[in-house]
Amino acid sequence: MMTREHYQHAVYPTPFHPRTSAANKLNLWHRWKDCTVADAYTDVSLEYTALRNACTVFDLSPMTKHRIDGPDALAFMNRLVTRDVAKIKPGRVGYTVWCDDAGQVIDDGTIFHLDAGVYRLCSQERQLDWLQDSALGFDVRIHEETTEVAALALQGPTSCAALKCLGLTGIETLPPFGMRSFPFAGTQLQVSRTGFTGDLGYELWIEPGQALELWDRLFEAGSAVGIKPMGTLALEMSRVEAGFIQAGVDFLPADRAVRPGRTRSPFELDLAWLVDFSKPNFTGRGALLREQAQGSRYRLLRLDVEGNKVAKDAFVYNGRQKVVGVVTSYVWSPAVKASVALASVETPWGRADDELWVDIYYQKELQWNRKMARCRVVAGPFYAPARRKMTPAPEF
Amino acid sequence: MTERAPIIVVGGGHNGLVCAAYLARAGRRVLVLEAAARAGGCAATHEFHTGFKVSSIAHLLYGLDAQVAGDLNLTQHGLVLAQQNLRSVALHPAAEALVFEGDSVSGAGLAAADRDAFRRFIAARRRFAAVLASWHAAPPPRLALHGWRDALPVGKLGWSVRRLGRKEMRELLRVATMSVDDWLNEYFTNARVKGALALDAVLGARAGPRSGGTVFTSLHRAAGGGSYAVPQGGMGALSAALAHAATAAGAEIRCQAKVAGFEVVAGRVSGMRLASGETLACSAVVSALDPQQTLLGLLGARHLEAEFARRVQHVRATGTAAKLHLALSRAPEFHGLKTQDLGQRLLIAPDADYVERAFNPAKYGEYSPQPVMEVHLPSVHDASMAPAGQHVLSAIVQYAPHNLAAGWPAARSRFLETCLETLSRHWPGLRASILHAELLTPADIAGRVGITGGHWHHGELALDQYLMLRPVPGAAQYATPVGGLYLCSAGTHPGGGVLGTSGRLAAAQLLAREAAP
Repeated sequence: MMTREHYQHAVYPTPFHPRTSAANKLNLWHRWKDCTVADAYTDVSLEYTALRNACTVFDLSPMTKHRIDGPDALAFMNRLVTRDVAKIKPGRVGYTVWCDDAGQVIDDGTIFHLDAGVYRLCSQERQLDWLQDSALGFDVRIHEETTEVAALALQGPTSCAALKCLGLTGIETLPPFGMRSFPFAGTQLQVSRTGFTGDLGYELWIEPGQALELWDRLFEAGSAVGIKPMGTLALEMSRVEAGFIQAGVDFLPADRAVRPGRTRSPFELDLAWLVDFSKPNFTGRGALLREQAQGSRYRLLRLDVEGNKVAKDAFVYNGRQKVVGVVTSYVWSPAVKASVALASVETPWGRADDELWVDIYYQKELQWNRKMARCRVVAGPFYAPARRKMTPAPEF
Repeated sequence: MTERAPIIVVGGGHNGLVCAAYLARAGRRVLVLEAAARAGGCAATHEFHTGFKVSSIAHLLYGLDAQVAGDLNLTQHGLVLAQQNLRSVALHPAAEALVFEGDSVSGAGLAAADRDAFRRFIAARRRFAAVLASWHAAPPPRLALHGWRDALPVGKLGWSVRRLGRKEMRELLRVATMSVDDWLNEYFTNARVKGALALDAVLGARAGPRSGGTVFTSLHRAAGGGSYAVPQGGMGALSAALAHAATAAGAEIRCQAKVAGFEVVAGRVSGMRLASGETLACSAVVSALDPQQTLLGLLGARHLEAEFARRVQHVRATGTAAKLHLALSRAPEFHGLKTQDLGQRLLIAPDADYVERAFNPAKYGEYSPQPVMEVHLPSVHDASMAPAGQHVLSAIVQYAPHNLAAGWPAARSRFLETCLETLSRHWPGLRASILHAELLTPADIAGRVGITGGHWHHGELALDQYLMLRPVPGAAQYATPVGGLYLCSAGTHPGGGVLGTSGRLAAAQLLAREAAP
């Protein structure tokens, strides 16, 4: 809850701040919504390496969370988002997007079906006004609970082992996008097999009062399997490797766009699989049906860029001459040993016979250089270890 | 082959009946469902005191769509006008009445300059109103241009303004969003002339003469031709003729059939539930109820997309007009009114400031302590309305906001008193002559005919709710985003007043979009 002293602070600590600040040897921070979170704790490469080879803990608490319940909760959710929420059973989690009437993506996020007819919607952006606007005609309660739930992402090949050491018996049988509760420190620890790294991993949800105890016992339990805190910079590397998109980076939330043509539809973000036209009504359905019939303006491509330079702020060309799009996210991927990027290009570019290039500007000793690099379109994620989908989850 | 389910028209108001008649004439099977015991809606006649009848809500006919009247042969179906080309008469408690007829105004104390200004004013108003009238004859243009079919109406709209000539076009664009008070001040010095013309601009509106956009509302009213008529037997006689035309064409009208909600299957309206519990299948629905009642009430926002539903919710529809009916034991004797003008359109709006002051309380959810009125005595020209020698007074009274802060049950008798007080200033013998008084507040009107906010025009008539913005973008072409559901009420283009145009245009849209069985 917001206190009357809110104006005295530009930014708030998360419930884990006493631990994250002690661990932050670099004193590197940035603001995520209203909270201070670590860019990195010790070294980005080490944190990334720990993620892909052991396990890391990321403070997820500032993630926007809404609880939605009431007699019409399912009907409301189904009108809100593009996919069929009826298929997300209690105890399951689903990734989704939601659109405005023009079929343009407002945000993406995850729906946690906490209990029969009780949902938690997690998103990058604040959505309370949109949810309330959408609630007209529905008997539904919408409650923003961002600060009422503390959350950690525990990700990496030894994450399951760490949770077993924590005493979460049977956690290895939790399937991807499953959710389970465990008694912990006099309260309930909610564990979902979800994450933003494309790896085996979990997200842990608990009351803020028990946050520090969770942190302490988790690090104690994971000490034998290489647990480390991880900041946002290493997370960003892993999410691009996984091919995940991010609001405000790979697409502009539709409610923030001023200029026409700056937003993207689910089809234009390679998320056609999330659009379920068998639902008779959802916001954006009419426009998306028309788009399906008439064709999209843009498409999202995952590019493997030749060479070892990252495609930072690069235009995408077809045949070295014609600009057909822009790179929205890029990273040098240690896991696949390649420069990889997400790009938004005009349709139809990126077809099998097209010749895509990016122009890369880079500095060496203050001297700017430019090079054109060929790109190969990759279907699906750049990095997708088999363990992320295995049930029971492997030990390591 | 089994007979296909009918097209159901929800609501037997004038637009519903017009729409039903056109659909039936096109060979469609049509069923009109009317909640009341008789079709009519806002164009109805009722007996409010033994032997005394009155037009229940709308009481004067102006701008009835001539094409509707012709196509449906309303004369043949029984429509007789008791009186046409009514003069407008501005009453004053201490002076001779001013009489407006066509482009001339007469009365004591009028300067030649005012009479001349009135001619020029009426000429300008007619010129500009004719532009609006040309827009009112057809569906509003679409701004989302999908080819020449959409571009043509937009071009025509622009051309209708451009063909006024550069000087007049500039003048129309200048005045279109102005307040009528500012416009009138450019023409007149005489306060009473301004008062009467100001009232014309704001009748039925939640606006005062100093509100922006009231030149537009003035033009909208004038677009109907600017002349007033009264059907023999009251406005209910018009509805009876329309109902007769519709049934003669093959439509069925079921009264006391209140619709409780629509059934939607796979994004298309498939039928409806009646308040009685009965369910009816349909091939399509045209609603003559106001857009909010139709889309948020009967359909439900859950069948709409979120932004569209929000737009519908925000349609401005707070009625401010009440209706006063008096059964009188004798003919009124209004101060300064000539006997031959008793059956005309009598206005109580002595100056524009009076009208604006009457509006002030409405902004804060209060009624006017000194209201404005449009008064008519139908019994003067129609003996069927009252016993011989006795009379019926019908008045539109403003301002009486639907959302009265004090609540109408508590305020009703005080407001009635206020109305009688206002009339008494013009006719001191009023109270001794009253046999019965009936006051319909916007809340009563909302309950009686089921209009959101009790708003006569099914949504404020204003520039932000006009043409392709009426009722909201996405439903301005009479079709809604929900398959098979159409709107035909005054809440659609070209809007309020007893016009019948919405019914006609909605029928044409439906016939073009819904294949015949």
